[in-house]
Parts: sequence; structure tokens; C-alpha cells
Amino acid sequence: MSVLVNKDSKVIVQGFTGKEGSFHAEQMIAYGTNVVGGVTPGKGGQSHLEKPVFNTVKDAVDATGADVSILFVPPAFAADSIMEAADAGIKVIVCITEGIPVADMVKAKPYAVKRGVTLIGPNCPGVITADEAKVGIMPGFVFKKGNIGIVSKSGTLTYEAADQICKAGMGITTAIGIGGDPIIGTTTKEAVALLMNDPETHGIVMIGEIGGQLEAEAGQWIKAHGTKPVVGFIAGETAPAGRTMGHAGAIVGGAEDTAQAKKAILRDCGVHVVDSPADIGSKMAELFSK
Amino acid sequence: MNLHEYQGKDILASYGVRVQRGKVASSPEEAVEAAKAMTEETGTQWYVVKAQVHAGGRGKGGGVKLAKNLEEVKARATDIIGMQLVTPQTSKEGKKVHQVLIAEDVYYPGESETEEYYMSILLDRAAGRNMIMYSPEGGMDIEAVAEHSPEKIFTESIDPSVGLQDFQARRIAFNLGLSGVAFKEMVVFVKSLMAAYQGIDASLFEINPVLKTSDNKIMAVDAKVALDGNGLFRHPELAALRDFREEDPTEVKADQAGLNFVKLDGNVGCMVNGAGLAMATMDIIKMAGGNPANFLDVGGTANAERVEKAFRIILEDRNVKAILVNIFGGIVRCDRVAQGIVDAYASIGEIPVPIIVRLQGTNAAEAKKLIDESGLKVYSAIQLKEAADLVKELVG
Repeated sequence: MSVLVNKDSKVIVQGFTGKEGSFHAEQMIAYGTNVVGGVTPGKGGQSHLEKPVFNTVKDAVDATGADVSILFVPPAFAADSIMEAADAGIKVIVCITEGIPVADMVKAKPYAVKRGVTLIGPNCPGVITADEAKVGIMPGFVFKKGNIGIVSKSGTLTYEAADQICKAGMGITTAIGIGGDPIIGTTTKEAVALLMNDPETHGIVMIGEIGGQLEAEAGQWIKAHGTKPVVGFIAGETAPAGRTMGHAGAIVGGAEDTAQAKKAILRDCGVHVVDSPADIGSKMAELFSK
Repeated sequence: MNLHEYQGKDILASYGVRVQRGKVASSPEEAVEAAKAMTEETGTQWYVVKAQVHAGGRGKGGGVKLAKNLEEVKARATDIIGMQLVTPQTSKEGKKVHQVLIAEDVYYPGESETEEYYMSILLDRAAGRNMIMYSPEGGMDIEAVAEHSPEKIFTESIDPSVGLQDFQARRIAFNLGLSGVAFKEMVVFVKSLMAAYQGIDASLFEINPVLKTSDNKIMAVDAKVALDGNGLFRHPELAALRDFREEDPTEVKADQAGLNFVKLDGNVGCMVNGAGLAMATMDIIKMAGGNPANFLDVGGTANAERVEKAFRIILEDRNVKAILVNIFGGIVRCDRVAQGIVDAYASIGEIPVPIIVRLQGTNAAEAKKLIDESGLKVYSAIQLKEAADLVKELVG
């Protein structure tokens, strides 16, 4: 078991022949991900990285039975590509692209949701199920197989957490990078719920940051439905109000979306919150040594 | 990206939103000419001189003044242009005023009392939709209204598949207690405002106050307009409205170098790959007894050139007593980053503050060796915990 992607996932790459798409598709294939082809409009019929290229997602799905798509499409065209994949029947869409206009995501997200699609991202590192499938841009070697799931808004902080977990003698089931934009497909709560319901996952690391209400919402859900220990970290305690900190969604608008407020809510909900990101691995190890 | 009031009003007017009219001026002489032109265009006898800076609460800081004749226009403009305007939203030093807006007087007496309302359009993140937020309590701080009478704040959620509907615009006008001409004016106002918001890829409109004049016109007396930076590629003409004078000069320089940088007022600079890890690194600095001097995400390609640029930008801040470099190498190899640091060090010459370099991930051990053997005054670490301890040792 695992969530979202596994060794049987048939993955296509949208924006396959571009620089980013090519580089990461190659890395994904090297990891062992079952990449069955890619889409670049106008290059259908060609072959790239020894995989077929299609003009449309529909063509790719018809020919390969693909059920997962990863997007490396430039921001101006990314929302359109999300909707194309949803329309073609792709079940899990992972959008790596950073910089998509909010107005585009306001339309693309409900379009995907209405078609029963699980959208991950945008502006995320993707999803990895250790030793099975890497559908993202993360360094695969950091994620050793184990029983801890990770949900995170941040890329490098996900790698940091995975590294600490592995160095503490544990390992990873699936790590889900949900993304740092104001509108993202799969929320913190939804990602945590997936891992909570995965029998192979025994504990969850949840990494959030300033801005929005996703962590608080996840906390309430954990309080009501949680069955496994959750270690939480919220980045940005020292971030000033009203300034965007790198991620488009990382901005303190009011008292309730500060790191302090989120940590307090998570603690109330029974999440094991660490104040230092250096303590994520040791905290999880401590919970399992009891 | 934030706009000035006069820029925002020009855009709103182009979408059919009625606005308090005005002309922008950069000197007292231009202000007088602008006032004459306003009288010719609108018949106004009084004028409002309004400082144009990116900050709310301008009136409280003395940045908005009434002038009853041309002499007063000149005197008020002389006072305001060049002043350091301090408002509840600026730093203690305030913001330098480069321009004033000479606006028509819209609070003239007439058949009915004037009324002020509040209206904003913004993203409701939880719903993933835009919403119109409005209140009959205009002209004051909306946070204060939310505090003492939350029942007076209304919202209207916009379904992205169909957009704002007429019944919603009517509901807004009814909830604001309007009837007759003013009601019809408000419906047009709301619809035009929404069209403008979508037309320019805005991320925030805040119109406070929306005024009902004594002759029942509905107009925007102020306009706070912010644009979605990610949507600017569709609007090059709007991108050109950016006023760099309103921004921190170091941040502008960093932006031009492609670095994601926010200036803070602490004593430990930091350079990190990834926004989340960058925020987390700032938090570590604080926990170790220091204070972060900046947020800096060098991005995925932390090569020698970018590392050097980042060092130079951090070192512009004289308060910086130490620098913490925190890189988790994934696709980017740590030994490459380490070489970048050594090269940058050589190119900059003497770096007067201690540098702590924490490189973890691909080839971390090789990277540490490279740093340790470089002979530079650089403290190296692999574990995040070690880096935090080093910060404590140096500045805590």
C-alpha cells in the first residue's frame, strides 16, 4: 500500500520535451517510475527519452492507459494543461509549475475537482512513494522506504524532514508536496487523511507555513479522526506581516494565519509540534520509542 | 504589485467605475496647474491634496489635506511633497512623498446626506474563489469594524464558472440601504468594479470609502489596487506602472538579480534554497538567540554567480554580524555549491563577518571537506542542529 502513486502508476509528462520536463522525466525514469510517454502539442508521433510523444493528453491516455500526469508546463499555459488532463480522464495530476496566475487556478481547480481528479500543487515538488514511483522533482535517494508519511507545502523542507526521519532509523511511505500557492488542489487536510487511511503509514509529518487556514483545518480533522501520531512544524514564526515570503501563499494577513496561531491550534488538536525544524526526526523517533 | 491611488483610479475609470477625479503633481507649481485644470473639468471650488505613497492611513499621518483655494493648494502641496509620511502602516521613518493627487471636492452639500461605505474584492483562500466584502460602515478602519460590529460586514462569493450575477449586485445595494438613483448607481458600480478586478488580474481592490454623494452618485474616493504578480505577463502596460521608489532599494536589486529577497531588521543574514526552508532557517536563527536580517531564497541553481550576488546583497546591510548558508542539495550537488561559496569568497575579497555553511544532501561530505580545506574563515556543518549551535556560539 501507499497513496496517490505506486509502481503500477502509468505516468505521462506534460511539457515532456522542454528543458525542465526532459531533465526531470529522465530522473523519474532512472528512479524506476513507470513513465509511459509525454505530451507536447505539435510533437506528436516523435519519440523522446525512448518514450512516445503525443499531441494531446487524450491521445496519450488512449494509447497508453495513463492514469497519472505530471506538468512542467510554463505558467501561462499550465491551467489549460491541468484542465486538458482532467478532461482526458487522468486521475492524479501533479502540477510542478510555479507562477500560475491566481485567476487561472480559480477556474482550473473546480474544473478538476468536478471530474473527480486529485490535483497536487501547483508550485510543489510532487509526490514520491519510496522505492516505487517518483512523480516530482525531489532527490529520490533521500526517501528510504519505511512507515512515515510526509505532507508539506515546501520542497526543500520536505527533503530535510525525510532525511531526518531516515537518519533517525525510520523511513518514508509516501511524501506529498502539496505546494505553496494560495490555491492548491489537494489541501493539507486531504493529504493527511490519505496517509491516515493508509495501513502502511504509521506516523505522519505535517509541514506548514504562514498564510491561510489549511493547517488549522487539518488540525481539526486530526483531532476528530486521527489514529496515528502526527509531528508538525510551521515555518515562518519570524516572518513579518503583510510580506510574501517566496511562496505566493506565504503571507501573514491577520492574527489567525501566523505561525504562532497555527502552532497553538495544532497543539490543541493533539499534533506534536516542534519549534525547531531540526527536531522533526528526533521527535518522531521519540514517539515510536515509547 | 501595489499601485498608487491615482494609477488605480485611472484603471477603475477605464472600466466605467465612477471615481473622484484628480490629477497627479510632482511639485507645488504642478499642483496649482492641476487644481486649475480640475476646476475647468469638474467645476470644483475646493480641492483635496493627497500624498501618493503605498501605505494606508495617509490622512492620519497628515498626508491628506483640504485646500479651499489655489494659494492653499500650493501651501499644502509644498508641505506634503518631500515629507516623510508616517502612517499606521509605515515604519517609524515613514515614506517619502514624491507626488500628490489634486482631487475634486466630492462632499459638496445637496439634496441628501452623503454616506460612506466600504468595499473590497479579494481572494477567499478557503473557498478558492474571489469575494466582494462590503460594509455600510465606510471611511474607517475595516479591522475596527470587524472588531466591534462584525454583523455589519457582508460578503458575496463569486462563482468562477459564471462570474458576478446581477442579483448579487442588487443584494449588495439593498444591504447598503440604497434606493432609487443611488441603488442603480451602486449596481453599476459593483459590476464595473468586478469587471476591472478580473480584467487586470488584480489580487486586491479596497475602496474605502465608497461615497454616496449628496446628489446620489456612487463613487470611489480612494482606491487601493494590488495586482497578481503572476498575472503581469498578460498586462505589460500595468507592469510599467511599478514605482521602484516605493520599494526597498536592496530588494529591488535582489529582484533584478533573480533572487527572492525580503529585508528584515535582524543581525544574522541567511541564504537558503527553497522558500519553506528559508523561513525555517530564519526561525532557527531566532531560536539560537539571533535575529534574521533577511529572507533569501537562492532557488534551485545555487551556482557561484548567484551565491556571489546573494552574498553581496546580504553584506549591504551593516547590521549583519554573521551569515548562515543553508542548502539542502537534491538535484543541485553540494560540492558545486561549496565551490561556488569558495569562488564567491575569493571574488568578493575580505568578507568581514563569520559565515556558517550548512550543506546537506547530494555530496554533502565532499562539500564539507572542500569548505574545511579552503582555508577560509567559514564554519561548516552538515546537520541542521550543528548549524543552529554554531549560530548560537557566534551571536547568541
